[in-house]
Amino acid sequence: MEYSEKVMEHFMHPKNVGRIEDADGVGRAGNPICGDIMAIYIKVKDDVITDIKFETFGCGAAIATSSMVTELVKGKTIEEALKITNRAVAEALDGLPPIKMHCSLLAEEGVKAAITDYKKKQELNNKGKL
Amino acid sequence: MDRFIYLDHNATTPTDPRVVEAMKPYFSEEYGNPSSIYKFAQEAREALEVARAKVARILNAKPEEIFFTSGGTEADNFAIKGIAYANKEKGNRIITSKIEHHAVLNTCKWLEKQGFKVIYVDVDRYGIVDLDEIKSAITDKTILITIMHANNEIGTIEPIREIGKMLQEINEQRITNNKPRIYFHTDAVQTVGKIPIDVSELDIDLLSLSGHKFYGPKGVGALFIRKRTKIDSLLHGGHHERNRRAGTENIPGIVGLGKACEIAMEEQEKEEKKLKALRNRLEKAIVEKIGDVVINGHPEQRLAGTLNICVKYVEGESMLLNLDFEGITASSGSACTSGSLEPSHVLLALGIPPEVAHGSLRFSLGRDNTEEDIDRVIEFLPPIVEKLRAMSPFGRDREGGLRWNTQKR
Repeated sequence: MEYSEKVMEHFMHPKNVGRIEDADGVGRAGNPICGDIMAIYIKVKDDVITDIKFETFGCGAAIATSSMVTELVKGKTIEEALKITNRAVAEALDGLPPIKMHCSLLAEEGVKAAITDYKKKQELNNKGKL
Repeated sequence: MDRFIYLDHNATTPTDPRVVEAMKPYFSEEYGNPSSIYKFAQEAREALEVARAKVARILNAKPEEIFFTSGGTEADNFAIKGIAYANKEKGNRIITSKIEHHAVLNTCKWLEKQGFKVIYVDVDRYGIVDLDEIKSAITDKTILITIMHANNEIGTIEPIREIGKMLQEINEQRITNNKPRIYFHTDAVQTVGKIPIDVSELDIDLLSLSGHKFYGPKGVGALFIRKRTKIDSLLHGGHHERNRRAGTENIPGIVGLGKACEIAMEEQEKEEKKLKALRNRLEKAIVEKIGDVVINGHPEQRLAGTLNICVKYVEGESMLLNLDFEGITASSGSACTSGSLEPSHVLLALGIPPEVAHGSLRFSLGRDNTEEDIDRVIEFLPPIVEKLRAMSPFGRDREGGLRWNTQKR
């Protein structure tokens, strides 16, 4: 099994690592029993994801896809971010070994979970205002 | 990368240059087929028997009890399937352990599909099989017990002599009661050439070994089969290996295996001491410098060169990739490195939680390793763990330590 140069680059020097303490949305994906778990934190302003960070426990592919998805999502609108598929993340990394494709699902699910959390919080806020 | 440090000797070893030298004439000069009648084949025939005697000597077996195979996997398949089918009129039950190599486990699983019943006994937290559990699993239908000599992942050495003695007493009773005897096989792929083995003292009927695990060539191994053992062949064809293993003998490989045995007989004692000192140095430093580390395997009953650890909150493959970047090779029992979704069956059998098992690292030391090699691991591993832990989503407790936390914060 071999990783592309891009995977190794994102694995060795991941972008957007860490957490956002006052995040507008927090998403989790994965399961420690399976060996990968990921947390995604987003800041949203006027429907645009202005900042994003991740924390990941997992293999090389899990860390690289986490890093890549944050790069793809940053600056996008919520609607655009929801359209980013695991396949797009894998392609942006010049591909993943077949047995590692499931790791890219983690990235897609993490972002979707963070957006769901954001929307839920928005709803609660709106209800509070009414 | 200014240097390369190989710490994966339980996976394979470099072929010793003395072994390569011994093999050389048997490719293009003495290439005769030992089965041929003419004089030219004489040299190959002799080389085959000299090698057989060397392999026999390292086990304290008789040369006619050694059967060459293509490696450890074939030897395990031969032993287990061969005993199962030759003795199926007497019984259909086989006892093994949960931590065997896949060459044994998957052979047993296949036999289950053929109607055999296999009992997989538990191990304790150090990986030692429970003698009482083996004893109570024995029934009148039991025909074979197969327990590995030492485990490839954690290095734990099993109480083979005790199992052998227990079985001998049971077999004596069974023979007086006109019941069939139970055969005892051990997969000794990780121990031959590393620790002394005497098949008579251990009361073993069958033993598998592999050349490339102790500085011999790949593609060659052997099965020791005690005289008067009722066993079927795995491969059918010509009259090679006393009619028990067909196929033209891999003479260069067999000569190499013999040479590796000869070298190991001379050097294994000295080497064991050296490896133990290096391994202990590494173990001590890792425990001191990296918190939240679990040492796997038995504290004493363990192969001298094996160190298996679980580094909590970090995944194994990501550590291996970082180590590889520094020129250090090791292995892991994480799902990501095994190509499956589950971590190592051995670590799970020890009772280690799956999320901890994913953070396993195995260093297996060998002949050429030096103190400098070990010190380099001690230098590079702690910052790698620190970096990966900083990326890990696990909650920090009040003291700032990491803990598993899958709940939403």
